[in-house]
Parts: sequence; structure tokens; C-alpha cells
Amino acid sequence: MSSIRVVSFVLECPFCGVREVADFAFGGEITPRPRATPSLRELSEYNYFRRNVAGVQREWWYHRSGCRSWFQAERDTRTNEIRRVGLPGEL
Amino acid sequence: MARLPPQPAERIEREREISFTFDGRVVRAFEGDTIGSALFAAGRRTFSRSFKYHRRRGLLCCSGSCPNCLVAVDGAPGARACTEPARDGISVKHLNATPSLELDVMSLTDAVGGPFTPPGFYYRTFMRPRRLWPLYEWVLRHAAGLGRLERSRSERAWRTEYRRRHADVLVVGGGHAGLAAAIAAAELGADVVLADEGREPGGRLLWEGGHELARALAERARAAGVEVLRSAPALAHFDGLVPVWQGDTLHQVRARLHVYATGAIEQPLVFERNDLPGVMLSGGARRLAALYALRPGERAVIATTCDRGLAAALALQEAGVEIAAVADARGAPSAAVAELEARGIETLQGWTVTAAHGRRAVTRATLAPLASAGARAAEASGRTLECDLIVVSGGDAPASALVAQAGARAAYDGASGQFVLAELPRGVFAAGELAGDGAPERVAASGELAGLEAAAALDASLADVSRERMSLLREQLASAHEPAPAGAAPAARAHDELPAPAHDELPAPNGARAFVCYCEDVTAKDIGRGVREGYDSIELCKRFTTVTMGPCQGRMCQRSSVGLIARETGQELDAVGTPTARPPWAAVPLGVLAGRPIEPAKRSSIHGRHRELGARVQWAGDWRRAYDYGDPEGEALAVHASAGLIDVSTLGKLLVRGPDAGEFLDRLYTNRISTLKPGRVRYGVLTSDAGRIIDDGTIGRLDEATFYVTTTSSGAGAVEQWFSWWLADWGLGVHLSDVTQALAAVNLAGPRSRAILSRLTDLDCAPEAFTYLDARQGRVAGVGALLLRIGFVGELGYEIHFPAAYGEHVWDAILAAGEPEEIRPFGLEPQRILRLQKQHILVGQDTDSESTPLGAALGWAVKLDKDEDFIGKWALAHTAEHPAPSALVGFTLPDGFVPTEGAVVLDGSGAVAGQVTSARRSRQLGCVIGMAWVPAALAGDGASVTIADNGTRVSASVVTEPFHDPAGELLRS
Repeated sequence: MSSIRVVSFVLECPFCGVREVADFAFGGEITPRPRATPSLRELSEYNYFRRNVAGVQREWWYHRSGCRSWFQAERDTRTNEIRRVGLPGEL
Repeated sequence: MARLPPQPAERIEREREISFTFDGRVVRAFEGDTIGSALFAAGRRTFSRSFKYHRRRGLLCCSGSCPNCLVAVDGAPGARACTEPARDGISVKHLNATPSLELDVMSLTDAVGGPFTPPGFYYRTFMRPRRLWPLYEWVLRHAAGLGRLERSRSERAWRTEYRRRHADVLVVGGGHAGLAAAIAAAELGADVVLADEGREPGGRLLWEGGHELARALAERARAAGVEVLRSAPALAHFDGLVPVWQGDTLHQVRARLHVYATGAIEQPLVFERNDLPGVMLSGGARRLAALYALRPGERAVIATTCDRGLAAALALQEAGVEIAAVADARGAPSAAVAELEARGIETLQGWTVTAAHGRRAVTRATLAPLASAGARAAEASGRTLECDLIVVSGGDAPASALVAQAGARAAYDGASGQFVLAELPRGVFAAGELAGDGAPERVAASGELAGLEAAAALDASLADVSRERMSLLREQLASAHEPAPAGAAPAARAHDELPAPAHDELPAPNGARAFVCYCEDVTAKDIGRGVREGYDSIELCKRFTTVTMGPCQGRMCQRSSVGLIARETGQELDAVGTPTARPPWAAVPLGVLAGRPIEPAKRSSIHGRHRELGARVQWAGDWRRAYDYGDPEGEALAVHASAGLIDVSTLGKLLVRGPDAGEFLDRLYTNRISTLKPGRVRYGVLTSDAGRIIDDGTIGRLDEATFYVTTTSSGAGAVEQWFSWWLADWGLGVHLSDVTQALAAVNLAGPRSRAILSRLTDLDCAPEAFTYLDARQGRVAGVGALLLRIGFVGELGYEIHFPAAYGEHVWDAILAAGEPEEIRPFGLEPQRILRLQKQHILVGQDTDSESTPLGAALGWAVKLDKDEDFIGKWALAHTAEHPAPSALVGFTLPDGFVPTEGAVVLDGSGAVAGQVTSARRSRQLGCVIGMAWVPAALAGDGASVTIADNGTRVSASVVTEPFHDPAGELLRS
């Protein structure tokens, strides 16, 4: 019985499966760490600026009350719909 | 009062008598009674005093909707007597009346205060003079509120459990439609949960003659596998999560589809003194008679705007109530009127009730034709009848709050005079009265259709199975409806054939005692005043008058307040709209939402010994720790003089293994870890990429590929999370194991610790064989252990890590071996004194989220010259070039005054320039020592800083070196 996607807030841990959002810790949107020494402005943007999009965003999640693994998810911030989940590099 | 002869649907079990007390007096009841029905049977008519004017209030809705019967049960205020089951031996008390319900001194506000306490009264009156505010506040705090929480109630008195329930379909509301929907979906194989607030599912069927059908449907639902939650109100709809409160369980129901069949709420009428005990909604009067075999009154006047009132007249007459007259506000007689007349009940068509009379309860009612405008005309043309019961029915308002939270939109439907559902979000279905399909001939079809549609949405193959059935049901519903207005699908309709009178056709209630809102004592006049003051939108008027904001959450007042605002502003109802429906929909104790703490209290494996040794145990984060053993200063002195033993099992412990382990730790710590030789230990600081301190601890290298990392006690979880996050990002060849709870650890410290340890281990403990910052693996008291020679407390010491199962064994062995040296166990508090003497910082105590290692005197642990990048390097490089304005230093004070942690440091001009983070008296040093953030200019040895602590000012001198053993000779000895 699965043909419709419900606007809801459960996440699928790549290791454990579908769980309530309260099982997880949010790691924020994915902000790639600068590869070389950044300018002060680049460093400040990396540390403090977030895009905060109204739409699909890639973000970190940690299965705190489960396998304690980090993974990444694509989530629509307007609906909390999870599009995809995967380990780093998989999305 | 005698009960009626046995009623077919009655809920009471007459052979099972119980009793409870109300305000100390014994009340007899039957099993199955509610507190309210038992009190009513005992003759009580006043159930509460109103919020503001302390007016008498009696049973009104008998369904848990209105605020009129709020009582305290066994000390917990806020229970509704009309739905709260009567249980043997409980103690029920009234709320909001002093000294008693019958004699309430605060009812003076009703007699004299009314004109002086319009909405906004408090905000305006108690502004001036300012200095009197504390007095005003004291008075208002005592006058406001309903009931008192018992101070002695322990925090764990609420044993609420969370339960997570994932389902295919959640049906909210277990009336006829809800049951039909649940059955239809479940019989097609869906996993269905049905939540109903009633004691048994069935809704209206239970008291309107359909109780047998209700019980048969409930049985069929259970047989189909529906999980039926009884006495379980749904509280809200949050993005698909519906919390359902049932006794001591909070079900967090996560369904893929939702069917709302929450029914409708019967609305009262607004007329002068419409709150007198004896004014009752038709549903309430019928429930008393049908479920509890009680006669709600001897002689009733009925005022209605719909067929419900007419049906109630018939039902009440059968229960032996004399019907004085029925005032039907509609212009033309409905089909039911003929039956009333056949039974000899007089019906006044186009009439309504304009006033109730009586001192303690209703004794008379004034009826008048709608056409007569104004109170005087009504009096002239109206009739006043003797009665002790006024049964009112102002029509039904769909209970749309939850479905609105789910995203449904309501629109005003002029034809029915109601706000109806105009648009439902995907995956949400409405059935029954909520959808305008409450009429007996439609309700079952409406429910079944919703259930089938939900199942079809779950699985396309189920849509095929039930396609024919669904189209049949749709036809059935459509033929019963008038054609729907274009664009409003699925539009709902009132189920009476005759339209109810519009909001502006009823006489304008202009008295000062015509209540719109029973919860907060808001009258029709108050609404008018609010609008005239400019609060002319529903949301503003709501905030100004507090209408719809009380315990009933708009159940009783939403529609009449919208109608009155429309009338005052000359707008259409549609333009006024409805206020936003906010959670929680049902009153719920906060303790239920809080649940019970599910974080386990952590105890070290040696905890039992600490208890036996008389430890004072305190919380330290999640841990229960031995704070001291009764003599913190003496315990600290023992460590200096001979030896002490402390349980440090709470330290976070991580094993970091793999070919890239060294590189991994190099990237995380501010100093070099990969250069550490096997068998050696190094201190390390973790910072964020903003250069702020996250945690600190020691890293021991066990072999080429294995590091043993300790963290602070409170930081263990965060550090593991931090490590695994970067590991996931970098993908290095490293494996992390959190062994925090697998291993116990003790710190054996003091000048005689070497001698004591030597008796327990085969390791060579000679100073040159086991030097400072060595890590050795060996046996201690026969147990395989890792020994780290580190000195957090500032004396020669060994931190011994070993399997937690041997905790008490190793602890006992060390204490026994140290007996000749008079070894003493020491707790957390003496450890804090000892570490402060060394100016060893405690992350989170001496640092905050803005502290960098450079400011916190840990610059020696930051290797900006290391080639490899590390987390925080860039920010720390910037900080090194732009030194922070303040620094963490030690200070001393003459023995005596110990400043509070958090006391402020003042600069030369007397401005706040820092704060004290730690301070203790040190018997070893004979003075008071501490650490504080001070301006950089004052961060040098010998500088003098002023500490201000609650009016006390002291001058402290700065010391940047450790107070005790500054050269570290004792550590290395």
C-alpha cells in the first residue's frame, strides 16, 4: 500500500528505515567547507550565512536515537517532504 | 433526586453504587455516571462560578465542550465534570469560588463591578501609578485563573508515556460517519486507527436512539481490525502528526491519510441572562435523560433555530418534562412541527427567547416574536412563562478546527448560514456533519465514501475494487443534496430543510448580561464596545475581548461572536471570517505533552559504593554523581597529603581506530596528534570552524592505528556526534567506537598514589618507567586496564580505565590497598577545588560558546604552524592577529568572601567588563581562588580587578600561572 506521498515529517535513515523526525538530530543545510584558506569574508559566510531556501534543500541529519549515523537528505522546506536520502556523495 | 425509569440507552449500572466527595460531602453515584451527572442527580444546579463576574453556572452542553462544569479532581484542576467519569473514592472540589460555590464573595464583581470591568479594563486601569504595579499584580494574580495547582505534586506524578503509531488511515471522530469510514477502509485491508473523545464510540447515535446501531458498528470496526481509541481526543494536526491524548498515553499518530468526522457543536443562543443555571443546550438535556436517566427539568421552554430543538421537545416530553412552549425562530414550520402539535406541544413560529429570569437558577423565560425590535417591544409583545429549564439550540457549527489545521479552508455558505468546508488538502477527507452530511439518511453513506476514498488513495488496486460502490454512494449523497454552487466542492449543507434565520434576523441582544463567551464572561455588549473602539476584525476583537480564547476554545462562542462582529460592522459573515484554529483543540494537561523524561539517569558502575560511603549525590548532566562524601575541603587536602580516589567513569571515551586515525584527529584537534608516540598521552582542544571551544580532553595512543580519546563528562555525546559527522564528510579510513558506558574509570591521585598502585599491578610504576603523560596497559587488581598518567587534580596521579563490570571490585581494591596511606574517596566538589588550583578549565563552566582557546589561556595547545588544515584553524589564525578584548585568568582573594560564579568584573570606570566563572576557597592555599574573564589590559600577573557581587565589591589580584605547583614538578614526580 504505497502510492501516495504524504506531507509529513518522517525520515528514512539509510541504515534503519523510516523513523519519526524526533529520532533524528538536524545538522543544517549542507555548506561545503572551503578547500583552500578562505578570505575572512568567505570564512564568515561559511560559518554564519545560510541560504535558508523556501524549497528543496540538501541537509545533514543524524540518527541520534538509532544507529548514530550521519546522512544527507533532500527536503522541501515548505512541505517537509523528503525527496531523497543518502550517504554523503550519494545525492 | 430519583432517576427516571431505566432508559434503553442508559450508561449507568444501577446495581453498582459508588460514592465520591464534592467539597467534602459524600455524593452517591452509579458506575457509569460522570461527576456531573451524579452531582445533578444529587440536586446540584450550580457547578462553577464564572471567570470574571463569578456568576453561577450550571450544566450547559454535557459533552465536555463548555467551561461551565470545570472542577478539580484529586487536586488536579481543569476536569470537566460532565464528561469526567465518577470513580469511587475520588475527591472533587469546586474552582474559582471563595468560600463556597453557593456563597462566593467575588460575585460582588457581578453586582457592582460589571460596568467597571469592560474589556481592556485591566490594561488601562492598572498602568498608573507605576510603583503600585507589584500590588496590582498580587491582587490580579490571586483573582485570575481557574483553580490552583498543588505545589506538593511531585514532578513524576504524571506518568505519561508517548506512543508512536504509524497507520494507513487515522479517523478522528467515532460517530456514525467516522465508524462507517473506519469500517470501509479497514475492511479493504487498511491499517486504521479511530480516535474518539467519547467514553464509547457512537457519537450522537448513543443518545438519539441509535445506541444499538452504534454498538454494532463499533463491534464491526474492531472485527475489521480498527484500533479504536476511546476517551481519546485528538489535540492537533501538525504536518500529518496527530497527537491523541488517552489517559496516561499520548499517542503520536502518524497516518498517511486522515478522515475527519469530528461532527458539529451545538451553539447556544445569546439572550439576556443566557448563562443562568437551567439554560441548557438541547443535546445536553437529551444526554442527561438518555445516558444518565435524569430529568433535566420539570417544566421546559424550548428556543431553537433548527430541528434539533424540536426533536429535543419530543425526547424530553417522553422523559417526563412538561414542555411549556417551543419558540422556533424560523418563519415557516418544519415537518416536525406537526408531530409536536399532535403531542399537544405549543409551537411559536418566528419566536425566540429574549431573557431568562431567576436568582439562582431559571424560574421564568421571556419569549418574543423576532419581528419585534428591541427589548421594550419584545416585552410588550412577548410572553413570560414559568419554567425551570430553558432548552436552546442555535444550530450546529461544524467542528472544523482540526481539519482546518490540516489545511482545509472554510467558506461561508449563505444558503445554510454556516461556515462550511470549501477545500480539503490532499490526503484529508471529511465525513458526516463536518462535511454537511449529518442527516441520518446521508451520514452513513458519507462516512463509507470517505473510508473508500481513503483506501483508494492508498492503493490504486483498491480503487478498482470499490469503484462501483463509490459512484453509487456519490449519487446517493448528490441526490440528497441540492445542486452544489459552482466551484465549491465538496460543499456542505445544513441538514435541515429550512434555512436557519440569518445572524441579523435574531433580535439584537443589547443587555449587559447576554453572554457570548462563557469562559471569559464576554457579553454581546463587550463585543460591540470592542468593535467601536476599532478592534473591528475578528482577530483583533478576539485579542481585545478574549472571546474564543478561553477553555472552550471557541466551541460555544465562535459563531455568535462572528455574527455580532458582522452585525456591528455591517459586514457579511464571509468578510468577517473565522479566527485561526490553533492547537490544542482539546484541553490537555501540560504534563501529558511533556511526557515523562525518557533520557535515562546514568549511574556509574561504582554508584552503589558511593551511596554506602555516604556520598551526597547530585545531577551532573545526565549522570548521578558523588558530589562529595561530606567533607569536600578535607577530601581535597587528602589528595595533597597522601592519596585520594575519584570515580571518573562519566568521562566520554572513544576508541578511534584505523589507518587514517592520526590524520583524522589532526584535522579535529588544534594541535598535532599524529606525532604522538604509542604509549603517550596528549591534551587536546576541539574547536568549531569559528574557532570556538567545543570540548577538551586527552588523547592516548595505544598503538600505531589506535587512539583512546576522552572527552568531558557532559560533552561525550556531542563529541561523538562531531567526530562521526566529519568522518561521514571526509570518508577517512577510521572506525569510531563509543566506549563511554562500557568502561569505568577512576583517578588515583596524590603523592602516595604510586605506592598504592604498585601493590595492585605488575606494571613497573617507577618514575622513570611510567612517566608523566604515559599510557600503559596492564592489570590492576587482576583486571585488564588502561592507565593514563595525567594530572587533572594537580598531583601525581593515574587515571585507570577498565571494564565497567569490575567497577566496584577495582574501587574496593584500591581503597583497601591505600588504607595504610589513609586514602580517601573524593567527589566532584573537591575535584573542582583541586583543578581550580591548577587553573585547569572546565569547558562550559569557564568557557562559553564564544570562547576561543587563545582567549582561554590555551594558546599553547593551538598549533597554527602545523601544515595540515584543522577545524578552526582559519578562524584562530585571524583571532591570533586580532586579539580578543578579554581573557580568562586566575585570581586570588584574601580568605573570606567567595564570589558567586557569574559575579561581574568591573573595569576602571566601573563598567561591566567580564565575569567570574569559578571560585572556591582553597584550604591548601589558604585563600580564595577563582577564574574570571577580564579585560585584556588587566590580564597580566599582579593586576588588580574589581569584582562586584550583589552589592559587595572586592579587589582581586590576577594570577596567570597555576596557583598550585606552577612548574608542574609534582605532576612529573
